[in-house]
Amino acid sequence: MLGLSSKDTALLIIVALLALLAPVLLNPFPEASAMAQFNAGYPDLMQRFVIYGIFAIGFNILFGLTGYLSFGHAAFLGVGSYAAVWMFKLLSYNVVPAILLSVVVAGLFSVLIGYISLRRSGIYFSILTLAFAQMSFALAYSVLSNPKFNLTNGETGLQVYTDDPQIFHRAGLPDLPHFFGLSMRSTYTVDMGGWSFDFNAGYYLCAIILLVAFYMSIRIFNSPFGIMLRAIKSNQQRLNYTGLNSRPYTLAAFVISGMYAGLAGGLLAAMDPLAGAERMQWTASGEVVLMTILGGAGTLIGPILGAGFIKYFENIFSKINDNVLHQWFSFMPDGAEDFLVAIVHPFVGKGWHLTLGILFMLVVIFLPGGLVEGGQRIGRFVFRRNNRKGGGLEPDAKAKQPAE
Amino acid sequence: MGILEVKGVGKRFGGLQALGNVNLSVAENTVHAIIGPNGAGKSTLLNCLVGKLIPDTGSVTFQGESVLGRKPHEINQMGISRVFQTPEIFGDLTVFENVMIPCFAKRDGAFRMHAYESVKDEVEIREKARLILDDVNMLEKRDMIAASLSRGDKRRLEMAMCLVQEPKLLLLDEPTAGMARADTNNTIDLLKHIKATRDITMAIIEHDMHVVFSLAERITVLAQGTPLVEDTPENIKGHPKVKEAYLGETQA
Repeated sequence: MLGLSSKDTALLIIVALLALLAPVLLNPFPEASAMAQFNAGYPDLMQRFVIYGIFAIGFNILFGLTGYLSFGHAAFLGVGSYAAVWMFKLLSYNVVPAILLSVVVAGLFSVLIGYISLRRSGIYFSILTLAFAQMSFALAYSVLSNPKFNLTNGETGLQVYTDDPQIFHRAGLPDLPHFFGLSMRSTYTVDMGGWSFDFNAGYYLCAIILLVAFYMSIRIFNSPFGIMLRAIKSNQQRLNYTGLNSRPYTLAAFVISGMYAGLAGGLLAAMDPLAGAERMQWTASGEVVLMTILGGAGTLIGPILGAGFIKYFENIFSKINDNVLHQWFSFMPDGAEDFLVAIVHPFVGKGWHLTLGILFMLVVIFLPGGLVEGGQRIGRFVFRRNNRKGGGLEPDAKAKQPAE
Repeated sequence: MGILEVKGVGKRFGGLQALGNVNLSVAENTVHAIIGPNGAGKSTLLNCLVGKLIPDTGSVTFQGESVLGRKPHEINQMGISRVFQTPEIFGDLTVFENVMIPCFAKRDGAFRMHAYESVKDEVEIREKARLILDDVNMLEKRDMIAASLSRGDKRRLEMAMCLVQEPKLLLLDEPTAGMARADTNNTIDLLKHIKATRDITMAIIEHDMHVVFSLAERITVLAQGTPLVEDTPENIKGHPKVKEAYLGETQA
């Protein structure tokens, strides 16, 4: 289907189902229950899952395929956001021109940075991209924000003011980013029993764009161009002696992933019309590296998993405070309860980074292929067990056995 | 005039004169071996031919065109392919993908996205890759990951990757280094087969005299960065100077 192998089609369908049903799947706990705080199915967070998923998919095209580790991809995210907000300021709150311009501007910007950075490889490439990203941050934070020429609005962040031109803005349109009149914030809430599901317009716009982005990344992975990129990672020496100049290929991969980052940045601004310089900081660049490695660099679905994992942690794990912990351990005797809370305390709430760090270490040491490799191992383990138990059963019969 | 002409090439690394004044002419459609003791400058010479090093003096011309100052990929586009001492292949890719990449490069080496090219092109490339794998007896291993191949098979694959480009000159840097006797003999047979089935010139750098005397039609002996003699294998075998500089040493 659509030029994909049956395996990739299945993967695309799974991702599509997950993305489209996310408002339901991410809200497994009834609203009133104590576990409700683990629900991730609210629009703001779901948008983040998907947007950072796009960011990581793009990063994976560069890092996963060519092996060039960019430490400055947040610069393109930031540039995309600024471009989108400028579109809101100048034209109207319609997200379509904003997203298109954010992709184009990030693409042009990545041609510039990529052309210079790709003169070196390995650690020098990483440092060059990091330097460029930090320069972009400095530009956005202070240099390009002075009374004479205010492109970024510095510390406050770029936002839309009532005296902005907005030449295509008309009376009937929402005063928020919208898709031809459909506000990104409009949410349709379904209450079912104790559950409540939010179907948000902005989320679905992001989800559809994610699916297109994911489909394109599958096509890139399987194309001759993708094979060429993997060849660069595998053996650049041989490629040179095969009559190929690898630089245009790496630059193309760099620009493609920069455009993905710009798209993600544009979407962030489309969901919340504000662009700040902190989006370009090196921690943001590091985050996408973590997402990709955690999920599984060079795999198709890994980056999405990694992005979801990290964003879930950032938003959910960080909300667990001592009160919640006391609730959890209340069945224990008082002394033991306080003791356990004291032990767990540093790892939750504001200390969520600590837990994430430990998990990251464990994944890198024991599952170098990331969460995807973990999934594959579990799959193989279950498959083998079933094999042993079932003897010579048909594959169909195996699948019917309960997974325990 | 030969297909490859090396005239007065010299290369100095700091205080070491790696190549003195090398003159070499490789005739078209021959197998030309370059032998010499360790440190004779064989690898330096080869690196000057493929653009990895730029000689300090002299000229290197291939089919009348200078190769000096060109990048390795440009020299490859002229029709020179190189087989490395340790097989250089794309370890993470399958055998078939390994052979497909030089097919993409073959056309002119220009950058292409390749994503939206006609299906016919890809069918052609796949067929070409299949034929060449069949030619080197690797077809049944087409879906294996290249890194998991044996040393001899890696060498075969590397040759296939070079041959699929239809080079006019194939440079071989110790093609049997580190191989067991059986693998060495297989490689000799493969090289003979390659020579017999197409118009190709080969320049071989080799330590193993068994390989050299089974394949070469001309032999140049290099010692201390200068060519000592150049002759047919029969004459080289009995040459007193060669015995002294090279064969005498190894057989003592």
